[in-house]
Amino acid sequence: MTPRVQPSLPAEPGERAQSPSILTGAQMLVESLRAENVEVIFGYPGGAVLPVYDALYQCGIPHILTRHEQGSIHAAEGYARVTGRPGVVIATSGPGATNLVTGLTDAMMDSLPLVVFTGQVATKVIGTDAFQEASILGITMPVTKHSYQVQDVRELPMVIKEAFHIASTGRPGPVLIDLPKDIANARGSFDYSKPVRIPGYQPTFIPNSLQIKKVAQALRNAKRPLILAGAGVLHAHATEELLELVESTQIPVTNTLLGLGSFPGDHPLFLGMAGMHGTYAANMAIYDCDVLVNIGARFDDRLTGNLEHFARRATVVHIDIDPAEIGKNVPTDIPVVGDAKQAITMLLEDGLSMTDAAAWREKLHEFKVAYPFWYRPDSERLKPQRMIEIIHEETSGEAVVVTDVGQHQMWAAQYFPFRAPGRWVTSGGLGTMGFGLPAAIGAQLGLPDAPVFAVVGDGGFQMTMQELAVIVEYQIPVKVVVLNNRSLGMVRQWQEFFHGRRYSESLIPVQPDFVKLADAYGIPAFQAQNEAEATEKIQLALATPGPVLIDCHVPSSENVYPMVAPGSGIHEMVGVTP
Amino acid sequence: MNRVLTVLVNNRMGVLNRITGLFLKRGFNIQSITVGPTETDGVSRMTIVIGADDERIVEQVIKQLHKQIDVLKVMDITEQQIVARELLLIKVNSSVQNRAEVMALIEPFRASIIDVGRESVTVQATGRPDKVDALIALLRPYGVRELARTGVTAFPRDSDTVNEVIRLNKGSMLPI
Ligand SMILES: Cc1ncc(C[n+]2csc(CCOP(=O)(O)OP(=O)(O)O)c2C)c(N)n1
Ligand SMILES: [Mg+2]
Repeated sequence: MTPRVQPSLPAEPGERAQSPSILTGAQMLVESLRAENVEVIFGYPGGAVLPVYDALYQCGIPHILTRHEQGSIHAAEGYARVTGRPGVVIATSGPGATNLVTGLTDAMMDSLPLVVFTGQVATKVIGTDAFQEASILGITMPVTKHSYQVQDVRELPMVIKEAFHIASTGRPGPVLIDLPKDIANARGSFDYSKPVRIPGYQPTFIPNSLQIKKVAQALRNAKRPLILAGAGVLHAHATEELLELVESTQIPVTNTLLGLGSFPGDHPLFLGMAGMHGTYAANMAIYDCDVLVNIGARFDDRLTGNLEHFARRATVVHIDIDPAEIGKNVPTDIPVVGDAKQAITMLLEDGLSMTDAAAWREKLHEFKVAYPFWYRPDSERLKPQRMIEIIHEETSGEAVVVTDVGQHQMWAAQYFPFRAPGRWVTSGGLGTMGFGLPAAIGAQLGLPDAPVFAVVGDGGFQMTMQELAVIVEYQIPVKVVVLNNRSLGMVRQWQEFFHGRRYSESLIPVQPDFVKLADAYGIPAFQAQNEAEATEKIQLALATPGPVLIDCHVPSSENVYPMVAPGSGIHEMVGVTP
Repeated sequence: MNRVLTVLVNNRMGVLNRITGLFLKRGFNIQSITVGPTETDGVSRMTIVIGADDERIVEQVIKQLHKQIDVLKVMDITEQQIVARELLLIKVNSSVQNRAEVMALIEPFRASIIDVGRESVTVQATGRPDKVDALIALLRPYGVRELARTGVTAFPRDSDTVNEVIRLNKGSMLPI
């Protein structure tokens, strides 16, 4: 490939003419991103990355200047979640780098592919507490899939190539590259064509066929089979295969929070989400099943509840690309290490037919009909649950829903039936408040034509609301829906249930006027107090080409039901019925 | 119960941090850890001894170790036939009068005196950890001034015929 050299670079013209593949480290970075077909970079400049930003200047790869590095990395996560491609982040050394820690941890927990570049002080002063020096490698080691500090500019192309490979294969995750400033300025020859060879990294992709046979056998004998589909199905692009497996075997399906969208939410065999705020049908199915096939979920404690009661009588099958997940929380009878798509395809090839589980399906269907999610409708006041339904109705279910963390997140998961993958973006494992708005920016850039909704709480929104500037500047048409209950609702709910209604620091009587705030940024904004207003404003938002904010005034006292209290078994739900 | 893990790693900056970080995450205290080069350029061997009762957690940590990109191989060699050795340096009080006594004491351990001071001697010994324990116990009455142990370094034996299962937990107290 012919590297494009920027006119602003300090390279000597004569030198370039002689050897066109001699580049500075910063130029190599840009050329590597080009070679990786990177569509967008999220970042924030600073002293240590000045050479990199110089090389980026008019390089042709769009760069989104978020207003905080946390915004950059959550945006990259949103992008990665909906596209399946690595999100790319650049931040400066020291404070720029430390501002990424939450996002790295979030991406690590939720297995999102990221390639993150941090500037670093020059190699000769590393370790001297130089200006804006932070030992970011040390700080981030537990929260990255892998990390590098580049010591020699000649290593840089291979380091970047490895980083993209590691981030996006096996179980995806964030990879950090720490780039000292002198290395960014140093020159070396650039060759991106060498193949990646990492002896210590060989994820198992194709499952063991004997294990697949065991799974098939277990399913043939099952009377009460259940499939639990997690985000691994989405990462593996295995939704069609999963649907085919379910259609041919008629095994009921439930999802984890992050697995939503891996199976059609309106399918008759779908039981809804399981876990702490899951459906009665899904949780009872887990409690009573005799064969549980977990595909790409990690048995998180918010899913399992008290482990003693979790799938207590079941033969547990766990299909996961990460062998370290198998047996971690729930003892597994049939482990299958490998890619979900491969595993399901092999199961299909085994010729599984309809399972002998009519009575079981019947019973779960009854549960599903008898105990749906519920709330008390209100003609005067807008219910948050209703707001999610309105978004679903007004977009014919096509909306991409990006949430923050709290009650509104759970309502979005409960009341929006996701029919297809790539429409659900949420912070599951880490539960990061402040994730919503920036992640929506990334999701919208990944899916430019989709209606993207940032459904956020009044609390979490204020953790990253500075990113409103970004949706204006770049005219990113995200529709921001603030479910404003003037409280840290989820905290308030736990205090109501478990702390004697002592609402310690969870009620926020003084909130800014979010409409005026949006106005200050130049974003059209409306308030919605009741259902009619909400519908009207959503329609208005959809008719508006650019970003819009809707401040929804919802009651503070609303709770998320049903609930498996901490320490309880998955079958011990409260608030199953009104 | 103590478990002995040997881990082959790329000799890269930060690799020790990555390994010990995993033990920290799981709340394991490392009893000893040794690192050094191997027959292959760029590859180091770590021998890690941890105290752990819950097999599932140990298995979990081994899997986590495997996941590290710079880790090439992990083996739990606790139950295997291994050769395991440790180096001890110990400085004990010893005057001219009892020096011969100390020398006689350490002789069966094939230990040697490597430094002599006016009031002390420094003894060097190599062997299985239980042998090192035994030697320390014998020298303790003289008064220990300074003591340093390297921790175990180990790998599996080649010949299965040698029927000597060395368990660091219940090895005999006899010197080899
Ligand atoms: C960064 C961070 N700090 C604290 C928490 C703990 N927390 C979980 S939900 C929640 C309340 C969120 O309030 P809000 O954003 O208004 O959403 P609501 O629950 O009211 O819908 C808090 C404080 C968190 N998840 N993340
Ligand atoms: Mg709130």
